[in-house]
Amino acid sequence: MSPSNYRATVGLEVHVQLKTRTKMFCGCPTEFGELPNTNVCPVCLGYPGAMPVMNAEAIRLCVRTGLMIGCRINPYSKFDRKNYFYPDMPKNFQISQYDQPLCLGGEVEIEVDGRKKIIHVTRIHQEEDVGKNMHFESSSGIDFNRAGTPLMELVTEPEIESADEAFAFLLALKQILVYGNISDCNLEEGNLRCDVNCSVRPEGQKELGVKTELKNMNTFKGVHRALSYEIKRQIDVVSKGGTIRQETRRWDDAAGVTLAMRSKEYAHDYRYFPEPDLMPVVLPTAQIEEWRQQLPELPAARRARLIRDLGLPEYDAEVLVADKAVADYFEETARLCGNAKAASNWIMTEMLRALTEKGLAIGAVKIQPVALAGLIKLVEAKTINMPSAKEVFNILFEQGGDPESIVKAKGMVQVSDSGALETFADQAIAANEKVVADYKAGKKVALQFLVGQVMKLSKGKANPQVVMQILEKKLQ
Amino acid sequence: MSDLHSLSLHQASSLLAGRQCSSEELVQALLKRIAAVDASVQAYVSLDAESALAQAREADRRRASGGSVDPLLGLPIAVKDVLNVDGQPCTCASRILEGYISPYDATCVARLRSRGAILLGRVNMDEFAMGSSTENSAFKVTRNPWKLDHVPGGSSGGSAAAVAADEALAALGTDTGGSIRQPAAFCGCVGLKPTYGRISRYGLTAFASSLDQVGPLTKTVQDASLLLRAMSGHDPMDSSSVDVPVPDYSLALRPDLKGMKLGLPKEYFVEGMDPQVESAVRAAVEQCRALGAEIVEVSLPHTRYAIAAYYVIATAEASANLARFDGVRYGKRVEGEDPIDMYGKTRAAGFGREVKRRIILGTYVLSSGYYDAYYLRAQKVRTLIRNDFLKAFETCDALLTPVAPTAAYRIGEKKDDPLQMYLGDIFTVTANLAGICGLSAPCGFTGGGLPIGLQILGPGFKEENILRVGHAYEQATEWRLKKPELKG
Repeated sequence: MSPSNYRATVGLEVHVQLKTRTKMFCGCPTEFGELPNTNVCPVCLGYPGAMPVMNAEAIRLCVRTGLMIGCRINPYSKFDRKNYFYPDMPKNFQISQYDQPLCLGGEVEIEVDGRKKIIHVTRIHQEEDVGKNMHFESSSGIDFNRAGTPLMELVTEPEIESADEAFAFLLALKQILVYGNISDCNLEEGNLRCDVNCSVRPEGQKELGVKTELKNMNTFKGVHRALSYEIKRQIDVVSKGGTIRQETRRWDDAAGVTLAMRSKEYAHDYRYFPEPDLMPVVLPTAQIEEWRQQLPELPAARRARLIRDLGLPEYDAEVLVADKAVADYFEETARLCGNAKAASNWIMTEMLRALTEKGLAIGAVKIQPVALAGLIKLVEAKTINMPSAKEVFNILFEQGGDPESIVKAKGMVQVSDSGALETFADQAIAANEKVVADYKAGKKVALQFLVGQVMKLSKGKANPQVVMQILEKKLQ
Repeated sequence: MSDLHSLSLHQASSLLAGRQCSSEELVQALLKRIAAVDASVQAYVSLDAESALAQAREADRRRASGGSVDPLLGLPIAVKDVLNVDGQPCTCASRILEGYISPYDATCVARLRSRGAILLGRVNMDEFAMGSSTENSAFKVTRNPWKLDHVPGGSSGGSAAAVAADEALAALGTDTGGSIRQPAAFCGCVGLKPTYGRISRYGLTAFASSLDQVGPLTKTVQDASLLLRAMSGHDPMDSSSVDVPVPDYSLALRPDLKGMKLGLPKEYFVEGMDPQVESAVRAAVEQCRALGAEIVEVSLPHTRYAIAAYYVIATAEASANLARFDGVRYGKRVEGEDPIDMYGKTRAAGFGREVKRRIILGTYVLSSGYYDAYYLRAQKVRTLIRNDFLKAFETCDALLTPVAPTAAYRIGEKKDDPLQMYLGDIFTVTANLAGICGLSAPCGFTGGGLPIGLQILGPGFKEENILRVGHAYEQATEWRLKKPELKG
């Protein structure tokens, strides 16, 4: 059977670090990048006698996520102990949720090659992170700063069928999480981690093939590469008559391959049982409804609104909404200048270009929406021309400040006074006899050259439209 | 004053208030007593005399500086080695915690400290509170002050022995299946297991989290009510501590039992129990009747399943609670070839037999395929037992039962027969499973001169009921006046 006659079935387990000030079960800060073992206390170090206390904000964020993607919120859920020994785990059990998670069901829409598809979510539950093993030349250490950080685990149904779809799902999920202010989704800091379950089966076969679990992908791109590799690997094996072993495989990003981990060692019986130190989470309907009322606008709804209410083209809406901070910046600018399309043009071209060039996020730029709006107004009022405006934008981007002062300081105010311009026009006509002759002979583009000459004479301050009118009149 | 060590908390408190003695003298007297008799009783596992004296001098300064004074100010209290006290060891009588110094105070300890009580020293126990005789301590065998070749009971055997031998005015213990009440009965002192959630468990090294509870062992019921009030109340660090008001329990202490209805659960007077125990308890029941209580027979039909359910739930929780003792962050470590090897070696060397037995049992009952048959079923039994009590307390203010089927037994007598040892907990585990409160008060002696205890069980958060019964009974009898004869 040829490789193209196989179908892949993929499910994702996504771990999301929630944006809380403190850890899941103690008051230690969740800040990243501190010295090892400084954000720790008896609770998150698993000291004798220490007890967990639930972080209510983490529960709210988990439920909020569930509400954003249409989960059923469990009015009664509980925490369980998941037992296994590992050096990075202070208590040698992880407080997690087993059979009664906070959120059930739910869905995320993705789009791949113009084709829309719903990926169903099985559940979302709340748990705590572990510490981080560090290996040195002749010894190992453990940093427990991350131990006890609130983690939300989202599990999808096995409905994803390609690496592209997995990638699209992660992007869509990240967008939602950022929109909901759930997580910083900073991949470098491990805010978002994803394990993948993957199997292949021949086209037409009902039952799923044997699955492998992929670990150690640190970026969305890594997930895409690992999954592409693994699907191809499995198809290779199966199409040659081999069998897939159920196992956990580690993605080696540098080598670009997945490698089997020793399977025996990871066959766990987690011996889940209810965490006796925590009370069940009981969420009254009124509470859930209150949180539902507080839900933010999601990307899809925002796109639709920008198209409907601000008259943006679909493409603009798509680009702007992809990054919540960009969309926020856009809306603020559009509101302040009253010209949505102009704001969109500036942001999609000049702003995104400059951001990419400097490797900056929009939150870090010096040019404030009020400044960009002011710039747009100056152009609209014909106070400055477009080339000057771009120059002003670059100054604002680099240094901040307000556009009117820059325009004044640089003497950029556009010259529309026909007296001055007529003098420039006469000079240009006199100095370029051949071009004038060409124009009169019917070569209309020659006029552009003359406009350029006048602009030069005006040191860029002339209003090109007015110059054109004057030249046309003079050359009639 | 030569016998300061033999005072109750209340007696000592009034002497301090009347400036008839200082806290420093009180601590000196106790240190002297400990020096004299602890070689035979073996109650203490660690004692920081300097720290105790410093705390005493501080208390004396506070008193001298005037102002309102807490009744606990300057009173020394011994602490079971399972409760964390900042800067002190907390071995849980286990090799695996040798060398560990606690970085924080348990909430109950902090509350006593803030009221000016002195944390005297740390007393012996069964390793990780697993046992009923204190023979499972990794460090020493504590002896019953009434008969030194007998066990003091357990697991709070050090607490009970210290109080009975006048080596402490009072002590803190913990009770997971009878570990306060049974040693109190064996040693002839008062032991109170409060309602689950009454006193914070934060800082109590967990054995079985859904059953553990901190409580006092004292010389009188009045003393127990004083310590109970000082330690009770909601603690934001313990989610299972309950936010219900803490009454002034002393107001409930009256000389009679008029208007009270006390139940005798027929399942608690069973064949096979020591007839001397039964007759002492029945005599106590008559005394309560004479004090004005109405006595009725009640039934707690699911009692016979309690031991089985208890040892499933307690060991399951323990198997997870004790997983943290792995040699990675604190305590004992035996190096190995890799982490898994190190865990194995550390835990093999660090835990004693009984602890290992319970970890294995608990791991087994939670294993995939067995969970429903054991753990889940035990939880169902637990609900039935709780319902039995709820029904009994619909008509009764408290229940009267023996604490244990026998008085203290000889050291070594049951050590190699864990099942026999477990069965001795039959009358006490039910209160932990149901989450209710229970009090053990002395109610007589065997012919051989060993104390016998009366158990008074009360509804959840109705400690005033059992304290009232215990106090009236205690005051009407003279058991508390008898002291063990110890050379020293």
